[in-house]
Amino acid sequence: MKLERLKQLQPCLWTLPGVPAERRAEVLLYGTAELLKTMDDKVLEQIANVARLPGLVGAAMTMPDAHWGYGFPIGGVAAFDAEQDGVISAGGVGFDISCGIRCLRSNMRVQEAAPRFAVLADALYKAIPAGVGEEGHIKMNHPQLDQVLRGGAQWAVRQGYGSAADLEYVEEQGCVSGAAPENVSELAKSRQRGEMGTLGSGNHYLEVQVVDRIFDAVSADAFGLFEGQLIISIHCGSRGLGHQIGTDYLVMLAKAASRLGINLPDRELACAPIKSPEGQRYIGAMNAAINCALANRQILAHLTRETFNSVYPGIQLETLFDVSHNTCKKETHEIRNERRQLYVHRKGATRALGPGHPMIPERYRAAGQPVIVGGSMGTGSYILAGSAGNPAFASASHGAGRAMSRRQALKQWDGRALIHDLAQQGILIRTRSLRGVAEEAPAAYKDVDQVAEATEVAGLARRVAFLRPQVCIKG
Amino acid sequence: MRFSYFEHDADVGVIGRGDTVEQAFQAAAQAVFAIMTNLDSVQPRDEMLIEFEEADPEFALVIWINLLLGKARESGMVFNDFHLQRNGQQWRARIKGEKWHDGLERGVEVKGATFTMLAVRQEKGIWIAQCVVDV
Repeated sequence: MKLERLKQLQPCLWTLPGVPAERRAEVLLYGTAELLKTMDDKVLEQIANVARLPGLVGAAMTMPDAHWGYGFPIGGVAAFDAEQDGVISAGGVGFDISCGIRCLRSNMRVQEAAPRFAVLADALYKAIPAGVGEEGHIKMNHPQLDQVLRGGAQWAVRQGYGSAADLEYVEEQGCVSGAAPENVSELAKSRQRGEMGTLGSGNHYLEVQVVDRIFDAVSADAFGLFEGQLIISIHCGSRGLGHQIGTDYLVMLAKAASRLGINLPDRELACAPIKSPEGQRYIGAMNAAINCALANRQILAHLTRETFNSVYPGIQLETLFDVSHNTCKKETHEIRNERRQLYVHRKGATRALGPGHPMIPERYRAAGQPVIVGGSMGTGSYILAGSAGNPAFASASHGAGRAMSRRQALKQWDGRALIHDLAQQGILIRTRSLRGVAEEAPAAYKDVDQVAEATEVAGLARRVAFLRPQVCIKG
Repeated sequence: MRFSYFEHDADVGVIGRGDTVEQAFQAAAQAVFAIMTNLDSVQPRDEMLIEFEEADPEFALVIWINLLLGKARESGMVFNDFHLQRNGQQWRARIKGEKWHDGLERGVEVKGATFTMLAVRQEKGIWIAQCVVDV
């Protein structure tokens, strides 16, 4: 991205100076100059297009890990007011609805676990269905799926996957309201029949990590983290059902926008007024997909616990937190001393509620909501805590963000050689897709340290702990 | 080769070419499934018929790819052979492939076709059908 077009407001905050004729809202980009330089110009183009959508409240924003997406950039945040003809956009949520990370903390130190990491890696690879073409062990008919879509992780717990204690540490206690399974197509449900409890492909993973560094001892203590501790992160979403809802509604909302006179600067922003029948239909389907994702991660957490217990009998794995980063949620925010109900789109962005927020589990409330920033399989990940006074509708980064296209990565790296190199560094990879490993090469991503630091400097979330990868099951 | 790719940060751009719009769509479909596996290894054992209705060729490309992805996942199959016919806004296709098995190379799952860089156009007599697919 060419920084000449931007004006720097703060060390990690930039804006796109406005042109009156464009009639758009403010555009704000969070990140250092170095991070912004690595971003494609399309990021700026896409977020400027978002700023033209009706009913936008405040600025259209990008997080420090932003990269070129479809419709919204990945790392895009935008809030809309239904009372001001605000819109809901399928392109502002993405196809992998409610993709997110479930983080589990163990009571085991890496020194105890390391001698059996190879056994653990093989056992996880066997137990966790991952990669293109892989089906799960659970087969569901449509009525059963409807229960999943209404009940989310709460449904999964009722079926014996995990315990009620998990739910306290899952956003919305594991189940969003307003899900409408009847708004989900038969094809979407058919796609999901064999996909509950599967990891997926691409950038999805199950990673065993070690707490390598604590930045904030008080918050780490609240989150139950200590140096040398084993942590498990599960990154996946709503699988085929969410993908199909995304594709079903993309064309429908694009046509609705045209019919309703919404002048879209990019068709990919396919949207409809929140209050319109089309908008309400999508919201109902999207909420169903969010519940599907929450149930899926709950099942995967259960499978992970079973596997760990087979390798390390008696090990305790508690849910640290489960947070989604591809959603639109109805939330209350204070705008100029006025409390307003807004629909906050976070596409590749994590909700980051600040200290004291009533939706944060009591144990973490003084620290702020755990924010999980998943990095690459070779570098590491961060756990942060939502900052007080977060200026981005309580949003923060979600990952390292790509610095290189998949095609470029494929030309530059060989999957088998990469697995060997990582093994030399003590990181065990298990995968069915060598191509996938090459595309996900650590150097294809931005520097996660820079992303986490910029997230903190920008006042979005504070660094609590850095996690170093040990074992990675790649989708 | 009738299909190729173009750059996109997080996802993949697919391009299909052909003498007719239908051939370009078929090639675009091959580009999509070639992300998931080596198409030369896929045996066209099973056949499926699909149809849809769309007047706008660009919307039709997105619907076509997404319908193929949906049917593939629904049936647990990977497709490598596509025969598409258009009659006005009616599109009918006969597609072939087989169920996933251990002998097939695993690439990367494609979630869906997007409107990004979406175009269906004719250049020097050749039809081009392209878009970014989410992986």
